[in-house]
Amino acid sequence: MSTVDLSEIDDLLVRHKTGGGGLIELLQEVSNRYQYVPREAVERISEELGVPLTQLYSLATFYTSFKLAPPGKHHVCVCTGTACHVRGAPRLVETLERDLKIEAGGTTADGKFTVDTVNCLGTCAIGPIVTIDGRYYGNITSDALSRLIKKVE
Amino acid sequence: MSCCSEQTGDAAAVASPATGEGPQRFDTPEALAAYVERLRAGHDEGLLTVLVSGGTCGLAAGAREVFDALRDQFAEQDLAGRAVLKLTGCHGFCAQEVLVVVRRGGRETLYCHVKPKDVAELVAAGVAAEGPLERLLYRPPEDSQVRVAEKGQVPFYAKQQRRLLMNNNRIDPLNFDDYLLQGGYLALAKALETEPEELIGWIKQSGLRGRGGAGFPTGIKWELTRRNVESAFDGQEEDGHCYVVCNADEGDPGAFMDRSILEGNPHALIEGMAIGAWAVSGDTSAACRGYVYVRNEYPLAIEHLQTALAQARAANLLGEDILGSGFSFDIRIVRGAGAFVCGEETALIESIEDRVGEPRIKPPFPVARGLWGMPTTLNNVKSWASAVMVVDRGPEYFASVGTESSKGTMVFSLVGKVANTGLIEVPMGMTLGEIIEGIGGGTQSGKPIKAVQTGGPSGGCIPATMLDIGVDYESLTKAGTIMGSGGMIVMDETTCMVDTAKYFVHVGMEESCGKCAPCRDGLQHMHHLLDEITEGRGRAEDIDLLERIGKHIRELSFCGLGKTAPNPVLSTIRYFREEYEAHIEKKQCPAGVCKALVVYRIDAEKCNGCHLCFKRCPVDAIRGEVKGPHEINEVECIKCGMCYEACKFDAVRII
Repeated sequence: MSTVDLSEIDDLLVRHKTGGGGLIELLQEVSNRYQYVPREAVERISEELGVPLTQLYSLATFYTSFKLAPPGKHHVCVCTGTACHVRGAPRLVETLERDLKIEAGGTTADGKFTVDTVNCLGTCAIGPIVTIDGRYYGNITSDALSRLIKKVE
Repeated sequence: MSCCSEQTGDAAAVASPATGEGPQRFDTPEALAAYVERLRAGHDEGLLTVLVSGGTCGLAAGAREVFDALRDQFAEQDLAGRAVLKLTGCHGFCAQEVLVVVRRGGRETLYCHVKPKDVAELVAAGVAAEGPLERLLYRPPEDSQVRVAEKGQVPFYAKQQRRLLMNNNRIDPLNFDDYLLQGGYLALAKALETEPEELIGWIKQSGLRGRGGAGFPTGIKWELTRRNVESAFDGQEEDGHCYVVCNADEGDPGAFMDRSILEGNPHALIEGMAIGAWAVSGDTSAACRGYVYVRNEYPLAIEHLQTALAQARAANLLGEDILGSGFSFDIRIVRGAGAFVCGEETALIESIEDRVGEPRIKPPFPVARGLWGMPTTLNNVKSWASAVMVVDRGPEYFASVGTESSKGTMVFSLVGKVANTGLIEVPMGMTLGEIIEGIGGGTQSGKPIKAVQTGGPSGGCIPATMLDIGVDYESLTKAGTIMGSGGMIVMDETTCMVDTAKYFVHVGMEESCGKCAPCRDGLQHMHHLLDEITEGRGRAEDIDLLERIGKHIRELSFCGLGKTAPNPVLSTIRYFREEYEAHIEKKQCPAGVCKALVVYRIDAEKCNGCHLCFKRCPVDAIRGEVKGPHEINEVECIKCGMCYEACKFDAVRII
């Protein structure tokens, strides 16, 4: 069953064919539209542009910003940069994994949360940091995170 | 990676509020200089100015809300005309965000931890009246009674020399006139009237070395590129190309210097790249194009850079026939897609060329055959911005601080367990001790410093006994680490060096592109051994084995990532061997970090039975009644640390 509306990327394909630009750029645009890179979209790109699927998937799997599965409703991201690491980021990851019963990188069974880690958000001074749907929570403790997650609707 | 939708010139061409003139397009260097003069004539340096530090960390701390509240107050108090309000780039003192600076007649008063609810009082007492508002002034941690009003006297700022970061404190990055008022693009105008060889001579004379990590002399890099451009396209009918590229793929975990410059002073990068483009390709038949490869995790930096590019194009400072010189140059933004290895120059080039970021073999170096096989100069954000300073103020000014071999200043992100976390700029050669104690204020916890780490996953840890070494390229290399791009992470006794080494090897392992076996397999092997050690299964021979594998990876890897990835392990073994031995022989983690080697206990004498730990424990491993003694069941305990964090009486001990 496919619920991916491929008409959403028609304009991207037209722009790519006429204006040039790279495949990585195209995949980034696709990822922006769907919040992930759907298989259907990759197949469509492959057909339309005559680019082998393997080439597209080599890019989509090499670069970590591409997700191949749909994300949950809320995106929780723990910064695991060095500054955050020495200030307790690993405990935050463990807390989320324990509370939500998923591994980092995964999505909860009900599709409510996706938990990711990122190498550095560059806001080291207020570490450890967690972002929830793009909002920054600095100097956070496991306990505060645990309570915060419970409040997310 | 994406060349973002770039605004057309018209959208960016806004009338100048400062001079009341229409949009400016400079057809000659004189027109630019005259406009800057008019801006300066109309500018009152003594005018009351309120600056809000608005980098990503400032915004995360609520700078936008403070700014909005200030704007409302300005309207309410009818301050327009009498005072100016600006949202600037990052002022660097992240530990005290949100920062507000009130400048009055050249004196700057620093307000810390400002919240929207403080704004009405701040405006009344500190802006409308002479001030200062005592309550929000900086408070040194050692004496809570003292307040420091003058920004320059706050220890964090007093010992710095903010040259590259100066504009971050002064200008609204989205306001083009603000940059021009500081003499912006006059260096480009000067460069375009200078012979490229002479320009390169200035850069060489300044002693500027690559600020991205390796420290290659920038002037020589430019010169080599130019020679290659000249020999490649000499006498050819068809036009050739060459490239200048900015590496803004700031991947080092624990570093945010480049982001801060992109956010707070984007025109400096554009101007620097345009100067570089003229230096490598001016007066040749080759056309030069620019690329900025920037991390996708830096949305605000990308936004500000896009705006700045559009402004520069509209003003004829980018594009065709810049300032009527006949020289043409433009810049495209390419967004990274999340691969640390793309910070390596040839991997970055591969990525711009739409391939996976696997490095190329060198030579040929990018200066000979880089992007699309053409001569390419690739520099870090700070290097490009430094070139502007060299041209603007002269090589002597640039080289007036620093050491014999490392000239100028260096920007560091001072983070980790340090009290005054933030972004700092100091002359090369300042000792680590002066930086960490003098500017950083020692550790946050008050515990002794154990080590400092520089250079990210490519660097090493320097023990506290060596804090008297000065920061320059050679001294740091001798100590077993590297300058890197400027991350400086302070560690105290609660940081485990084995765990730290494991952390960095994990980063290297995850980010290895997998092209060569020493890096791909070697780092996995090292990580496995470190994992065993931290889990209490280490063997006595593992330390030597780690050293052997590390040296192999260092010698045999294809690119810089692998060549440097063992550094964190090798340097921690060199300086903290006894900590490895404690893990292996005594099955102890002296820092209390490695979970498998510690137990959590409650100190009966300190516990007052507040019952908070009991409530927080996620696995019900704590027994005890309110006001009674509490105890942790060590079998059930999962060592999550919740009770340790919750206890307000330091009764929970990690042993």
